Amino acid sequence: MNFPILSSLILLPIVGALFLFFTKDKEGNNLTAKYVALFTTVVNFLISIYLWISFDQSTSSFQFVEDRVWIEGFINYKVGVDGISILFIILTTFITPICIISVNNSVKNRLRDFLIAILIMESFMIGVFCALDLVVFYLFFEAGLIPMFLIIGIWGGERRVYSAFKFFLYTLLGSVLMLVAIISIYWITGTTDVVQLYEIGIDVKYQNLLWLAFFSSFAVKTPMWPVHTWLPDAHVEAPTAGSVLLAAILLKMAGYGFIRFSLGLFPIASEVFTPLIYTLSVIAIIFTSLIALMQEDMKKLIAYSSVAHMGFVTLGIFTLQQQGIEGSIIQMISHGLVSAALFLTVGVVYDRMHSRLISTYGGLVSVIPKYSILFMLFALASLGLPGTSGFIGEFLILMGAFKDNFLVAVIASIGVILGAAYMLWLYKRVIFGKLINKDLKTILDLNRSEYFILSCLAAPILFFGFYPDPLINTIEVSVTDLINMHNTNIASK
Amino acid sequence: MENLNLVLPEIFISLSIMFLLILGVFKKNSSKITFNLSLFTILITAIITINETFSVSRETLFNESVVIDSMSSLMKIITLIGGFLVLVISSNYLKTFKIYNIEYPVLILSSILGMMVMISSNDLIVFYMGLELQSLALYVLATYNRDQLKSSEAGLKYFVLSALSSGLLLYGCSLVYGFSGSTNFDIISNQLNSNEYVLTFGIVFILVGLAFKISAVPFHMWAPDVYEGSPTTVTLFFTIVPKIAALTVFIRFLYVPFLNLIDQWQMIIIFLSIASMVFGAVAAIGQTNIKRLIAYSSIGHIGYTLAGLATASNEGIQSSIIYISIYVVMNLAFFSCLLMLRRKDQYYENIEDLSGLSKNHPLLSLCLLVILFSLAGIPPLAGFFAKFYVFKAVLEQSMFFLAIVGLLSTVVAAFYYLRIIKIIYFDKEKDKYDTDHSLWLKFSLTVSTILILLYFIFPSQLIEVVSRINII
Repeated sequence: MNFPILSSLILLPIVGALFLFFTKDKEGNNLTAKYVALFTTVVNFLISIYLWISFDQSTSSFQFVEDRVWIEGFINYKVGVDGISILFIILTTFITPICIISVNNSVKNRLRDFLIAILIMESFMIGVFCALDLVVFYLFFEAGLIPMFLIIGIWGGERRVYSAFKFFLYTLLGSVLMLVAIISIYWITGTTDVVQLYEIGIDVKYQNLLWLAFFSSFAVKTPMWPVHTWLPDAHVEAPTAGSVLLAAILLKMAGYGFIRFSLGLFPIASEVFTPLIYTLSVIAIIFTSLIALMQEDMKKLIAYSSVAHMGFVTLGIFTLQQQGIEGSIIQMISHGLVSAALFLTVGVVYDRMHSRLISTYGGLVSVIPKYSILFMLFALASLGLPGTSGFIGEFLILMGAFKDNFLVAVIASIGVILGAAYMLWLYKRVIFGKLINKDLKTILDLNRSEYFILSCLAAPILFFGFYPDPLINTIEVSVTDLINMHNTNIASK
Repeated sequence: MENLNLVLPEIFISLSIMFLLILGVFKKNSSKITFNLSLFTILITAIITINETFSVSRETLFNESVVIDSMSSLMKIITLIGGFLVLVISSNYLKTFKIYNIEYPVLILSSILGMMVMISSNDLIVFYMGLELQSLALYVLATYNRDQLKSSEAGLKYFVLSALSSGLLLYGCSLVYGFSGSTNFDIISNQLNSNEYVLTFGIVFILVGLAFKISAVPFHMWAPDVYEGSPTTVTLFFTIVPKIAALTVFIRFLYVPFLNLIDQWQMIIIFLSIASMVFGAVAAIGQTNIKRLIAYSSIGHIGYTLAGLATASNEGIQSSIIYISIYVVMNLAFFSCLLMLRRKDQYYENIEDLSGLSKNHPLLSLCLLVILFSLAGIPPLAGFFAKFYVFKAVLEQSMFFLAIVGLLSTVVAAFYYLRIIKIIYFDKEKDKYDTDHSLWLKFSLTVSTILILLYFIFPSQLIEVVSRINII
């Protein structure tokens, strides 16, 4: 098949954005713009589903590869997917339409510009997940900063400027070292093509430094403790749709990067630095869970819980076990769905009450029951209750961790308990209890579009919770091969 | 008999300058026609340059004192295009200040002539002659708005400091001449093999003089004041065109006469580069005037260009030339935006004046957004590729320290570019600006923004042109 399906996935949102750019910006509820954006992203979602259906699960080699000369004799524009990246692409194309439906209530001014930013963001994110050349990857990885900076800065809350700057400069600082590493890889091996690099391998003496340079970028983006401080600020100040994009997809870029580049390109160094990752991950899980317990702002609490969940992800990746890595990928997908849903649920009450403080609420169950039920589902998924997708991921990660390092696994398991504690306590304070705040009595339950998007998110969370096979089948071969490649690399040294 | 066709561009432009001067003196109210004729002159010169010299790989003239090679012809063309666009977008600005006179185009033409001589010089004396010709024209241009105190101050400051640096440069030249017995670059190159300490002084003096011309730290003091005081169109001219010529001469000096003394100058260039990158990034943070800010930002950009030169490889030289070409486009675009900030015959140049621009002028703000992110070096815009090539060349020589310092200072620099974006997009709006800009101004803004935005689709073209330049 020669049709450039991946490039069209990347380009389609940009075409949509261009189309929007030439429409007139109306004040108020700009329905045309919304329908155009929605249409584009839904088509993109359907294309990605088609991609998944026609994807061959029995091989770990890259599929749908496109390889074009871009800079003569230096960089090729090369994209392709394997079992690991395809799920992230689908997650991206699934979350973006949901973001667009949700802007109904949260974004009041300059709707058209907001939609343009979201669409451009989508195409950059898809680009990150299917790039098979380090420079192309870096390009997409960094370019995403521009729309996100604007989304936080223009449509964010009160301290939006501070948060936008912090987000931008932190991530840029992390990434420039990665650029040095990428260019160095080019001079060491003579190529930046990931597939070729997998075959050639990189000399052991360079691996540690290069690994650290990539790590500096991914650690900021993941975010790992202690460079996670940009995340709560960015999340809290971003508009709901922005928080959803950030939590659901942007954070996954780094996890994906760890699997594809850190493990794939630097196997020896990955082994060397596993203790470092373990330490940082365990600290992230325990420490940020404790911080989350003490938060008074709902969005901040979910932001800290994201850091803790991403701690599980990095832990799982560096167990270098089949279960660990599979668990990490499923955890990332699941966290993408759950955190998106949680931010949207917070967004629902925020739009009505204009407060994110937990103390504002209480006793919601008696006034808005539908909302309370969905909120409960997402809270339980976040803490990893069996039957939700959150459980599969965490369980597999802990299984991998127990195989590799008993102590780390035990400490991480404590994190699961803490996770349950802060989520349930949040739920209790917001939904149960006495209805003290009188303004809450007139609060409206979910409207149609909110009900629709939250159910859209609830369905896959439950479905993959009971039946994770489609996910596991997709990633299985790729992960097995990654680990085999890793083991042969280690053995040969 | 020499092949005079190779210097036809210079001959043509000098004849035109004389003709335009005579025309301006004898015909009344001839500013408009002089302007148009000078534009025409630049165009013709560019065409002649492309026709006569572009295919020449290397030829020398007049006892090897003038050299025509692929670098000189490319740099001349960039100079001419830069000069053309500056001239074409300045007319409205000059009319507003009632300084729309014949001298302006003539001075710009003469400085361009000086630069063209500099660019193809292969001899100390020819080089110095070109340098002085362009400098003298630039002094006058800096004071061009003579009714304004700041403009006169800028011109005087520039004159005094520039004369000092020319003195240093000349002293360095005489030392080099003393040791080599010749003013010709090629001969100097063969003669200078010894480890004479005094010769190092000569090189240092020459480098200091040149560093002054491109305003590299620590010889940058004049730049912010002169940039702020000069009329905006002249500032635009200062930020792009003389830098191209000075950079070419820099390359020529380092890699022809002084190539064997690389141990002596490499550290100096690395120091100049690091100092400029870091200082340019840090000092710009506190600025409130856009022109001053651009002065510091251009100091930073010169630092990146010098990083390419420090590598002592053809790759590095090529990357520097790519950098300066992209920098020219970005600066042109930025100044076009600046010239659009006009309300009732008054131009605004404080950063605060940009406040909330995006509400009233969405397209202009979008252009500024693209330009500023490109200046900050964020992919996929052209500014990123400029830095990318430079650091690729730097890392080829395993100069990790230079690369890491350079990239970290891009993060610092990103802060002040972001600050402008913040003011444009996040702050409260002010009154509307006029929108009746000249067609040329709109044209130059649109074209340069599109070039910046879409450079990533065809990055190979520029590389192909530049890759013909092999100095070493």
